[in-house]
This record gives sequence, structure tokens and C-alpha cells, in this order.
Amino acid sequence: MKKLWNSYRYLFMRRFTQIGLLVLYFGANAWGWTVLQGNLSSSLIFGIVPMSDPYAALQMLAAGAVLATDLLIGVGVVTAFYFLIGGRAFCSWVCPINMVTDFAAFVRELIGMNKLTGVKQPASRNLRYWILALSLVISAIMGVTAFEFISPISMVHRGIVFGMGFGWAAVVIIFLFDLFVLKNGWCGHVCPLGGFYSQLSKFSLIRVTHLEENCTLCMKCKVVCPENQVLYMIGKESLPVLSGECTNCARCIEVCDDDALEFSIRSMAQNKKTGE
Amino acid sequence: MKKQALSDRRKFILNMARGVGLATMGGFIWSAYVDEVTASSLMLRPPGALAENDFLKTCIKCGLCVEACPYDTLMLAKPGDNKPLGTPFFVPRDIPCYMCPDIPCVPVCPTGALDESSVTTDGVLDINVADMGLAVVDEESCIAFWGIQCDACYRACPILGEAITIEYQKNERTGKHAFMKPIVHSDACTGCGMCERACVTEKPAIFILPRENAMGRAGDYYIKGWDKEDEKRLENAKEIKTVTEISKDSAINSLNGSLEDLY
Repeated sequence: MKKLWNSYRYLFMRRFTQIGLLVLYFGANAWGWTVLQGNLSSSLIFGIVPMSDPYAALQMLAAGAVLATDLLIGVGVVTAFYFLIGGRAFCSWVCPINMVTDFAAFVRELIGMNKLTGVKQPASRNLRYWILALSLVISAIMGVTAFEFISPISMVHRGIVFGMGFGWAAVVIIFLFDLFVLKNGWCGHVCPLGGFYSQLSKFSLIRVTHLEENCTLCMKCKVVCPENQVLYMIGKESLPVLSGECTNCARCIEVCDDDALEFSIRSMAQNKKTGE
Repeated sequence: MKKQALSDRRKFILNMARGVGLATMGGFIWSAYVDEVTASSLMLRPPGALAENDFLKTCIKCGLCVEACPYDTLMLAKPGDNKPLGTPFFVPRDIPCYMCPDIPCVPVCPTGALDESSVTTDGVLDINVADMGLAVVDEESCIAFWGIQCDACYRACPILGEAITIEYQKNERTGKHAFMKPIVHSDACTGCGMCERACVTEKPAIFILPRENAMGRAGDYYIKGWDKEDEKRLENAKEIKTVTEISKDSAINSLNGSLEDLY
């Protein structure tokens, strides 16, 4: 039992936050709860503290909308949180699509899809930055928030809170895409919101750190990691994972049987490296 | 030709070309889709909504207005509704806007897509100046226009006597009855849709359309000459000059000149 908890503790906590947030949002619309109103695009905590999606605000800016004060405060709250603390924690601790793509990755490994397609991935992880740039260009030309009109994240989240319609189709598409087309396809290659948070969280404080002296080169961490390019240092050097593309999902920490990976605060991790 | 490994420079150029090419391709598909889904214009927005173009770029689709509405009037467009995804709207035949005096849906909007100042008179929220749409009467299917007595829409109107009035007219068919025709006044109607909800016909004979779709525009060339206020619009009118063969000459010369052809 202790072993089980040890191997899935962060996964459990992540599902707890993801589902817990969904329940709070759902309760706000269904039963008038005021803990967390709205949805992931923009919300209110206890009817007071605003939170707004900074990427949506960026598209609005590109589209030529006038940004209201409430929106800017909300954007400030969210940006400060991920910029300073959480890194891409939105992706692995909040976003409901993460549950879909994690499940797809799990099934993919289970049925041996990865052996069929081989290690070579047919798409670059930089695709998301192209899509990010493209979304801003289209927003500017069309005068609408381009990604917000196709985003399966808001589609599904809105669907759960306000009524699904055909939104479930988006879940199926992403699941099948991740399962049969591209490993970690949506979250790791396509999603411009993930790309946006990758850029934003380059300096955030909570980081995974590798302790090379404990590593037995089992490579379990690299298998389980949805962004395994960020773990380039495994077995080579004791370094913190500094890439903004790390989602702080902590799967690598849980699967490691040798305590070679752990969470740390950025500056402390760097001090350890220089021996201070 | 010998097979050669690509030089770094060529690789770089090819990769850039591929990136730009794919971005262009994706961009066109994406734009086409966005253009398609934002094309639907027959949507009734919450009170205080900006003009549709500005609304689409400003609304963040958070649904706070939907949650604030005590009557469950407002909904967010779902996939499959064929409406701009995630934006709020209402269907008055199902649930109309009940015109709450404190307009709870507007102040919660974080982006100003629902503009408080547009529903404020003298610093106080005033739902009666809201403009969600305009009621339109189909005289063919309205039974009051047949001569059957019905004033359901008039009674349902929250600003009755201003937004809808009843016009009495002699019914020549019977010779002893009156038509009681409902007339909508566009300057007072807020488009709340309570009339549409109340209408007794199978498909409502009075219904709400976005004002842009329901009204025409006379333009600056037609002026109510008897109305000093309206005459001011002449200042905006610009001259349109059409040049044809005939207009080369002055009017009189042109008329006289053509006489030559008769002989």
C-alpha cells in the first residue's frame, strides 16, 4: 500500500485538483456555489478575486479588443502564479484534457502502439509555437480570438460546466489522435496554450531536479514523461529541469525507485549544483 | 546524379520553407473555419452587449453572465448549435429576458463585452435602455390582424404602452367590430422577448430579431423636411455625380440639341 501511494501520490493529487476544480466550477452553475465561478477562460474566486486566461487576453489584444481592467487584473493573477511558481502546472494539474491525453498515453504504452510506430516521431514539438504565432496572426486578421473558437480545452471545460453539445467529439478526436497518430500529440506538440505556458514558465520557481549519483539508468522516468526532451540530463548530470516545457506533473519523481528525482526550488537547486 | 547529404544551409532553408508552407496552409483552413462559425448573425445577446463584431473579439466565453442570470435565460453556444462557440445567447420563445432592474448579468462581465455604460442612465443601471433586439410582428399570422381579439403580447410587454401599443381600426368585414392591432415601437422595444414567449400562435407571430436584421436604413438622401432635427442629417449627405453622354451638355442644351435628330 505504501509502495502504491509512493508511486502514484502526485498522480492522485493531480486528479484530485483537476476533478475538484471541475466540481467547483460545475457547482457554481448548477447549484449557485460561489467558490469558483465561470470557467477556465475567466473566473471569480469567492466572487472577488478574478482570474483570466492570459493567452485568451493576448488573442483579444491581437484582435483589437479593448482590454477591461477586471480582465487585466485576472490576467495578472494567473500570469504571476505560473510565471513565478507553477510553471506549466496548468497543463498537468488543472487542464481537463490532460486526463484524456494521459489516458491515451497509458493505453498507447499498454497495447504496444509505441513499438509499432517506433521512436521516431513524425512531428516537431516546436509545432505548438508555430500554432501559437499563427493564432495571433489569425486573431489580428479576422478580428476574433482565433484559438478560443476551436480550443478543445475550453470546449470540454465549458461543456462540463454549461452543457456539452457535441463537445464530447473533441475528446474522442484528441484521444484517437494521441493514441494512433502522435505520441503525446495534443499536449506535447499541438496545443498552443501549452506552448504559451512553456514560454511563460521559463523562470518559475518549482522545478524537478535530477540527482545523478542516485540514478541507476532504468529510464522509467523518460518512458513516463510526456515531454521527455526536458529530461536530457538523466544519468549524465545533476541538473534541475529548467525547460519551460516541463509540466511539473511529477510522474518522473513517482516512478523513480532510486530517489534520483525530486521537486526543488529553482535557486536552491542551482546552489546544490555549484556546491554552495 | 550522385546522392548527396543535404548541407546544413539547405536543411535550414528547407525546414523554414516547410514551416512557412504548413503555417500558410493551416492558417487558411483555420481562418475559413473561424469565418464560417462567426457568420451566424441571428443571435440574441445579453443586455448591454457590444456590436456583434466587437462582441466576438471581446467576449472571453467565461459564462459568468450565464451564471448570474436568475432565470436561466442565457446559454453558452455549444458545439452543434451552429453558433459562435461559447458565446452567450438566449432563445426568447423558451425563456425570455425578464429585464431584472439590477441587470445581474452585465456587471459580472470581466471583459466589458457586456458594457455597463450602455445600460446606464444618469449613473443608475436601467434595463429599459437595453437593446437586445427588436420585436417584429408578422401581420399574416398574427390573429389580432385577422380580427380575432388577442392582446397577449401587449399584456406581456414589460414596458407596455411604450414598446407595444394597440391600434384600433374598424373591421369592415363585420362592420361592427374593431381590429386591435399590436404595433411595436422600435425606439422603446428592448428585445426582451416576453411578447414572443406569450404569443398564442403555434409559431410566434411576434418574434425578436437582432436590430441590425430587423431594421432598414433610409440613408442620408431621404430627409423629413418638416422636422428640424432630421434635416441636420443633410450635412452628412455626400453628392454622387453620375456622368453619362447626356450630362456633358447643360440640361437645356441637351434637350434642345436632341431635336436635330427629329428632322
